[in-house]
Amino acid sequence: MTINLPFLLFIGILVGATSGLLGSFMVIKRMSLVGDALSHVALPGIAIALTFGINPILGALIALVVATFGIWYLSEHSEVYPEALVGVFFTASLSIGLLLTPEPDLLEALFGNIDKIGFTDGILTMIGAIIIFAVTLAISKKLLLGVVSEDLAKAQKININKINLVYLLLVALVVALGVKFLGTILTGAMVIIPAATAKNLARSITSYQYLSIGAGVVASVIGILVARNFNASSGPIVILVAVAMFILSYVLKKH
Amino acid sequence: MREDSSILKVSGLNVKFDGHIILENVSFDVKRDDTLAIIGPNGAGKTVLFRAILGLIPFEGTITWAPDVKIGYVPQRLAVEKDLPLTVREFLSLKENDQRQIDNALREVGFLENASHLHNDLRVLSTSIGDLSGGEFQRVLIAYALLGNPNVLLFDEPTVGVDVAGEETVYSLIHKLQAKSDLTIIFISHELEIVYQHATTALCLNKSEICFGPPKEVVDKKALIKMYGEGITFYKHADIESIYSHHEHHTHHDH
Repeated sequence: MTINLPFLLFIGILVGATSGLLGSFMVIKRMSLVGDALSHVALPGIAIALTFGINPILGALIALVVATFGIWYLSEHSEVYPEALVGVFFTASLSIGLLLTPEPDLLEALFGNIDKIGFTDGILTMIGAIIIFAVTLAISKKLLLGVVSEDLAKAQKININKINLVYLLLVALVVALGVKFLGTILTGAMVIIPAATAKNLARSITSYQYLSIGAGVVASVIGILVARNFNASSGPIVILVAVAMFILSYVLKKH
Repeated sequence: MREDSSILKVSGLNVKFDGHIILENVSFDVKRDDTLAIIGPNGAGKTVLFRAILGLIPFEGTITWAPDVKIGYVPQRLAVEKDLPLTVREFLSLKENDQRQIDNALREVGFLENASHLHNDLRVLSTSIGDLSGGEFQRVLIAYALLGNPNVLLFDEPTVGVDVAGEETVYSLIHKLQAKSDLTIIFISHELEIVYQHATTALCLNKSEICFGPPKEVVDKKALIKMYGEGITFYKHADIESIYSHHEHHTHHDH
């Protein structure tokens, strides 16, 4: 079955927009590395899904949700953020994933293959994107207050631990949506780079979030089109477009 | 309506960190409309006491707020990233949707329409919070605390990191707020002069409770020696502050 270009662009736009939205919080929460590392956990999930013939997005999602509870538990129960521990845990899961993933599927699992995105994946991506936008909208103010000061949030009786957990679960969801498009290694980058780009340019939260979503969408669309044109792998091209936009924003910021 | 005039009752409060006793058997009542000053040397547990009554940290003993309590909390300092893209308006909107309420709160802390200088003008609303000076940010935090019509305001060392001119504004503001009906103010301070001038009740703290009552009656030489040790000498009342300052002014941190 050949998948047409508008459909792929639509998926790219959804992944770019949701990554940009969630990434905007991740960057100002100073959790960029956690977000990046988290995406590696998707690999063993994909491997197990491939072995049992389940949709890889679902397999990745299950692994990510389990890991998310792990990170959340560590961050809420320790005074210092256990970065080293997070690093160890994620490299371990990447290694396990590499061993478990069947050889022919490995490259695809790591860097994505947009041509393998099917109708079911499209439906899953749409449902996921709706959930991400709706839930983020609902918790956005509390999440932002937590970025400014967790104490202020707690003094207002906001259960900031719960809000952080919900947020991390959304990140797990967006990474799962991105795995077929960008692969486990690159989805993390899609969460971070558009947001970092937006932060260079924005002067308010509203503009920051719109710019971050916009940067994600533009990188996806241009990346997919360029990859098509040159018959290249779309995942790395999309990320390189995002990186180019980041560099541009950095230069603009300096002036 | 009100059978009990206390807004806060603390009894037998103990706080421990890693087996170290930070607060031991602290008990006091705060009456409605009272202005309570919490004083004590560095490491006396003043901020810890605040954090306990706000429910931010675990404690033993009982802390009971009146059922109708609405707390506005002004933290000692917030480490906000300089380049966080969040304007003052957006920050205040995290708590209050009504723009008129936000304008009113800013007016209360001394921002005016068309002031000659930006740091007294409502134009501050479109400034990002990372660009504010220490004094401006302090006033914005007070405005934040005033949103939602609280009946208790908690100030943790309201003038730390604020220049002398700003210091005066903060205390004249506290003085102005005292005139409001049904507003209880609890503040931490290390300046005795301020405590004598503004507080109706003082709580002297050095791990345990050393004195509690009207400042001019209970904050005497004996209490000060108990808090600060025998090493300090006294000449007359007015000089106490300079001795006091010698102990406290050079350090900026508390627990």
